[in-house]
Amino acid sequence: MEDLKTFLLQKVLLYESDTLTAETEKVLQQIRREKTSIPVIYVSSGTSSIIAGSEKTFAALKTYAAENQPDTLIVKVGCTGPANFEPLVSIQMPGKNKLFFRNISEEKVEPLLNGVFHNDINDDDLVGQSGSHGFELWPGISFITDHPFFARQKRIILSNCGCYDPESIEEYIARGGYRSYVKAIRNYTFEEVCDIIEKSGLRGRSGGGYQTGVKWKQALSTSSNARYLICNAKESDPGAFADRTILESDPHRLIEGIAIASYAIGASSAIIYLRSGSDHARMRLQKAIQMAHEYGLFGHNILSSGYNLDIIIKKEPGAFVCGEETALINSLEGKRGMPQLKPPYPTTSGLSGKPTVINNVETLMNVPLIMQNGPEWFRSIGTQTSPGTKVFAVAGRGRLSGVIEVEMGTNLKTIIDDIIDGIKDGKEFKAVQLGGASGTFITSADLDTLVDFDLMREKGIGMGAGGFIIIDENTCMVDLVRYYMEFIRNESCGKCIPCREGTGRMLEILESVIRKPANEDSGTTLERFKGVMQLETISTVMKDASLCGLGQTAPNPFISALKNFRDEFEEHIFDRKCRSNVCRGLRTFSIDVEKCTGCTACAAKCPVNAIYGTRLQPFFIVEEKCTGCGVCYDICKFSAISVK
Amino acid sequence: MEIDLDEIIKKYKSGRREDLIPLLQEIQEVADYLSEAAIVKIGNHLGLSTTKIYGLATFYDQFRFFPTGKVHLKVCHGTSCFMTGSQSIINKLKEETGIDPGQTTRNGNFSYELVSCMGGCNSGPVISVNGEYKTHIKAEHIPDLIRKLKYIIDND
Repeated sequence: MEDLKTFLLQKVLLYESDTLTAETEKVLQQIRREKTSIPVIYVSSGTSSIIAGSEKTFAALKTYAAENQPDTLIVKVGCTGPANFEPLVSIQMPGKNKLFFRNISEEKVEPLLNGVFHNDINDDDLVGQSGSHGFELWPGISFITDHPFFARQKRIILSNCGCYDPESIEEYIARGGYRSYVKAIRNYTFEEVCDIIEKSGLRGRSGGGYQTGVKWKQALSTSSNARYLICNAKESDPGAFADRTILESDPHRLIEGIAIASYAIGASSAIIYLRSGSDHARMRLQKAIQMAHEYGLFGHNILSSGYNLDIIIKKEPGAFVCGEETALINSLEGKRGMPQLKPPYPTTSGLSGKPTVINNVETLMNVPLIMQNGPEWFRSIGTQTSPGTKVFAVAGRGRLSGVIEVEMGTNLKTIIDDIIDGIKDGKEFKAVQLGGASGTFITSADLDTLVDFDLMREKGIGMGAGGFIIIDENTCMVDLVRYYMEFIRNESCGKCIPCREGTGRMLEILESVIRKPANEDSGTTLERFKGVMQLETISTVMKDASLCGLGQTAPNPFISALKNFRDEFEEHIFDRKCRSNVCRGLRTFSIDVEKCTGCTACAAKCPVNAIYGTRLQPFFIVEEKCTGCGVCYDICKFSAISVK
Repeated sequence: MEIDLDEIIKKYKSGRREDLIPLLQEIQEVADYLSEAAIVKIGNHLGLSTTKIYGLATFYDQFRFFPTGKVHLKVCHGTSCFMTGSQSIINKLKEETGIDPGQTTRNGNFSYELVSCMGGCNSGPVISVNGEYKTHIKAEHIPDLIRKLKYIIDND
């Protein structure tokens, strides 16, 4: 092990020439397991795979291999992306292309391996094959790059995800890792690194789209005895998991990105601000940092370059508002995570009053790639004003979900129709929402929008940090807006009045729209209508007067929902109807006399005893008592209960 | 189990304000919740009044001031799980256990909390029972689950 470390340091990281010797390449190829003489099995092991049961699959693979093919190597890798395919297993037989299989649960392991080891492949679970280095093709099997999910993607940030063991630094170095970092600290000055990033046109991926190179230069040009770099890996939007997948699958590249960014701004300490729930990601990051330390890539006087760097991980204590830069800094200083007035911006006075740069995970993942391939290469990807790619965490009602990466300038329709393969269960598409709890809804009319910071802003759409929620006809927009508002109300820090009071009032009004009042008279309809008009006023005030982004963007879902789905709001207010049958308060259930057999199942389960009748005779529901919970509807075996 | 708070506090020698959150986090990790005694001790060490510490700790969602139940459930309330019906699960849990999220039942058996996304968006709604994930949960599974867990607790 010690020999390998010295070898990698001397012959790869500190090697003078850019092209390595053929002998070194051979060793690297072996570390990358490109030429193997034994079968290698890769099992995904991110959080989403573990939820899908990959640990059990791993154990089953181990048992099978021990019994039948003892020389098999089984490696845990990160998630590749498609969450529907978990647990994803790929198998590389000696001299042949790699095969990908999806949904390999524990019990499928034996038939699968029996098949692969004896050249008889079961097509049901097969995704495709991959490989190019003169390996033998599997006849009649399509390439994974032709699979619709992968074909339209441009994977540069995710290129390593699911390909290597995230707990092995050797493999990362063999894949070209840490070389650009070592080159940067040995050959470039701070300004030169900033220049390269500025030239590449990299923009912050956290939603704002601010030029990263410019931001770094601002921090660098502020004179100070200490500077800090913070990697914002908080990502606490409901339904966002892109950063976590990256952290779990490719922690080394993130750390390299942080290290290069720290060097560029002359910071000697970097902090990863990590979401509290992701223990799996924290463990992997910790291990990665420790291994890089052992290689002498961090610490004091790194590789005799005179540069010092320490990376530490801080767990966030759980507050959505801490995604805001100034609130984040406050929380790191041991205070309540409340935002502050800007300016001064953190780049001039941040953590402990020192210049601080805060970048998010995706932005920093781009940095090693740009240093490696040059700014021109980066500019050649994407659009003129927004070069590069964008990672989205697709969730909701699409047929496929997971983490995807597309080139800037791809239109949203391509993502939904080709990559996600349409809507689940053949339902009707309703809208897509980008950017988590404060994002706007995009209807089918705007689906030709291209993924690009400026083009989207022109249309009033925020790109967000990576949430991509697909909504189908089964989702009630009013209820969804209420859900987001409830989330924001709970997370509002309470410092400024427009946000603290505004979110509370908005939630109250939205709740009154979907609630069933005790006694309905004509006055309340008018009140509800007035209430929604009031919401528009509150939204404007919140947009103008809130202190930070949380309050300013909080009304976004409501505004865009009202604009695009006005009829749904009107139905709720005037007709007291929810077309998706989601809003509990507005549902009325009735029993079909013809179909009801009088089995008493519904009457026994009704939580408020609103169902009456005699056994083996049709039952009936007392509307006044019914709360609309829907238990009877779910339990009826004869579909005798209908919803209106 | 007796937990030596001094051992943990000793690790944070510098006694600066920045140490407050990591210190609280570490104590909660070991002791499961922040007791009054712990808060007073931290206050003495960092030179902060207990009101200041409570003011900070109650601001953040992560900190608890009561022990969790023998069975701790986490219910995913992310957008994806919400769309597949996590709200009805929460309502059902409320009904079955008689407590709100973040509370613990009087007998100390159950507690549950809402989390924003656990990462199983594809197989929602997801809940975790003492760290073990359960997918595709429906509201009608909850009474059975609670009954089963009760049985396990009673026979433990």
